[in-house]
Amino acid sequence: MRFWLSLKRAGLPAHIGIVIILLFAFAAVFAPWLAPYGESEVVDAVPWATPEESGTLLGLDQLGRDLYSRVLYGARNTIALAMGITILAFFMGMTAGFFAAVVGRWVDLLLSRIVDIIMAFPTLFFALIALSIFGTSIPVLVFVIATLDATRVYRIARALAMDINVMEYVEVARLRGEGLWWIMRREILPNTLTPLLAEFGLRFCFVFLFISSLSFLGIGIQPPAADWGAMVRENGVAITYGIFTPLVPAAAIAILTIAVNLVVDWFLRKTAGLREEY
Amino acid sequence: MSESILTIRNLQIEGFADEQWKPIVNGIDLDLNRGEVLGLIGESGAGKSTIGIAAMGYCRPGCRIVGGTIDFDGVQIHELTSDQIREVRGVRISYVAQSAAASFNPAHRLIDQYAETPVQHGVLKFQQAANNARAMYATLDLPDPDNIGRRYPHQVSGGQLQRAMVAMAMSCEPDLIIFDEPTTALDVTTQIEVLAAIKDVVQRFNTAAIYITHDLAVVVQLADRIMVLRYGDLVEESETNEILKNPKENYTRDLLAVRTFKKNPEDLVKGQVPLIEINDLHASYAGDIKVLEDINLTVEKGRTVAIVGESGSGKSTLARAMTGLLPPSQGTVKYSGSELPRSYKERTKDQLRQMQMIYQMPDVALNPRQKLREVIGRPLGFYFGMDGAERDRRVKELLEMIELPTNYIDRFTPELSGGQKQRVCIARALAAQPVVIICDEVTSALDQLVAEEILKLLDRLQKELKMTYLFITHDLATVKAIADEIVVMLRGRIVESGLKDDVLRPPHHEYTELLLSSVPEMDPDWLDRLLESRATAS
Repeated sequence: MRFWLSLKRAGLPAHIGIVIILLFAFAAVFAPWLAPYGESEVVDAVPWATPEESGTLLGLDQLGRDLYSRVLYGARNTIALAMGITILAFFMGMTAGFFAAVVGRWVDLLLSRIVDIIMAFPTLFFALIALSIFGTSIPVLVFVIATLDATRVYRIARALAMDINVMEYVEVARLRGEGLWWIMRREILPNTLTPLLAEFGLRFCFVFLFISSLSFLGIGIQPPAADWGAMVRENGVAITYGIFTPLVPAAAIAILTIAVNLVVDWFLRKTAGLREEY
Repeated sequence: MSESILTIRNLQIEGFADEQWKPIVNGIDLDLNRGEVLGLIGESGAGKSTIGIAAMGYCRPGCRIVGGTIDFDGVQIHELTSDQIREVRGVRISYVAQSAAASFNPAHRLIDQYAETPVQHGVLKFQQAANNARAMYATLDLPDPDNIGRRYPHQVSGGQLQRAMVAMAMSCEPDLIIFDEPTTALDVTTQIEVLAAIKDVVQRFNTAAIYITHDLAVVVQLADRIMVLRYGDLVEESETNEILKNPKENYTRDLLAVRTFKKNPEDLVKGQVPLIEINDLHASYAGDIKVLEDINLTVEKGRTVAIVGESGSGKSTLARAMTGLLPPSQGTVKYSGSELPRSYKERTKDQLRQMQMIYQMPDVALNPRQKLREVIGRPLGFYFGMDGAERDRRVKELLEMIELPTNYIDRFTPELSGGQKQRVCIARALAAQPVVIICDEVTSALDQLVAEEILKLLDRLQKELKMTYLFITHDLATVKAIADEIVVMLRGRIVESGLKDDVLRPPHHEYTELLLSSVPEMDPDWLDRLLESRATAS
């Protein structure tokens, strides 16, 4: 009830963001039913045929596949993958961060320095090395990006948990004889959830953009699977002929990123306890 | 004399909570003359601070003034633009907040902060302001008034900082000062200094003042007139002496009668069974800062031992050493004849269960994301393996025991008032079926009427459950009410201890004497008499 009320008062930007995210989610889930053609089905041999020429909604891509269908399937691949990676990153980052904050001393020192070392490398550079060592497969991609993002999550989770860790209710739990896992899960986690959820939204954007940029470089999701970043790269040349095709997946990336950020902004404002003047 | 400086008519203020506007102040009228001190008194949520701040034409974020007029010396403050209000604030009205430590900028010297307002407003040049500051520091009896201004806020004590704040408020010689609980966060001994300083300065400069507090005994020392507020309504308003002698409303009478609760002396458990024995205990923080030295203490079963001292005396550290949160560097803690491991981590579940703690701030002692079912139920499940319906039934029993409705079991802890939260903390401790409960300043953060209810509850539970209490407090009124034995601590050592009547009967140790005499009494002349007697003594 209270949730719906605050959702109602969230303001126009957040509402727009929510509607866009729901639309994209809908597209991702029902892609096979919504798409008029298959993911890698060649409709016509003419590359970059315009909508009028091919009788499709958004025209064809460089291999003559239906762009609209590809964008829908791309939503599926990119969003699902980004979601999976973000969840994994949060699981790793939060567990390690809480653990470091609660145990403290050398455990904290060790974990924090490991994280520092990983963070010292530029992410793209690190991902390039890792992917060229282990090969480009979906599990490797997931694990590498998740590890990179977990370091950022670790930082935030640790800082939040440190604040909660000095609260007297945590002291009460300790004096009761509670174990580490219980303190992390029942005392600390619920109290750090709101800021972490906001961070989740942001991280999701970053992961999603990162996958797109890896695909753009050719080491992300492999063809013929549709991915927005790869689609931009594959169709990039077309822009020189004044064909708008590469702009469609690029716009999809931009719109989803903006939408998620609109929602996250609202969330952050709520957590920070800031309120506009009425 | 009766020239009016502030007139508030039908002031209405609303606050935003739970996604809707709710009234905080319902149509209050207030009159203040030049040189007059008005006391605003009431429990938390009475709207007293809100009214005080509104007198400056200001509202806290999330509040709004919805009606009424505020007339300050002929100016309609509520109609001014924020630029015009800024001309008035600081120069003609100033504000002294509860926590000086939180109100000073830690990165600037005291004297620079003193001079900031007059220089900003173009009233004085920096040099003049600095000279004034030194004179004002001398007036307020601060040590080394010529140089203390060169210090940073963290380099002076709490009481000194609060006085520096009073000095700062006087920097432009305002017509009106709002004091918002300026002594609430201080020890009784420090409170005296600040009260004396405020009283002196207000009289000397003939400044009008609004003094906001929840402690009636404090406000009667200063105020000419007192307004008693409750839930944003005026309960009663009259001259200070009148209110002390002839309170008209029941609520005022309750406030006056506060601290009359006394434990029945016949309840003192005879037959001494030492439950906790502390021998030659030393403890220190970070290896070398000694906070406890040579502590020897025996707690008898079924008794209440009060540990008294001002902040920094090590009384809370003693509790931490006993519970094992801060392992002592030397000495032993024995429980029922057997020695307890130093750290709580090495103690058995049963040893932990038998010694429970209740804290000063129920807000931070309760997890805001848990329902009472889990808060109180967890010790039941953890120690006794209860679950499901059996656990719920026991939680409800405990809720009844602490006089809360049983349907509160599904409430989250932030949905309770301060007093109710403290009750829940008590229930959580009781759930473990402890033998000893360590109460660390359990009533300090509560309104006086609520605090008294908590003391009564603790006393009743002690009788019913044969509980042993260790009561850590700086409040001697609490001690007088509930203790069987008193231990007085000063700078990490025990200076005096014994049965309550022995400790409270003269002759006292000089520190005990100082503590005892510093407790404000409901007598407008108490402060003057005390200062006089201390002046003659020294």
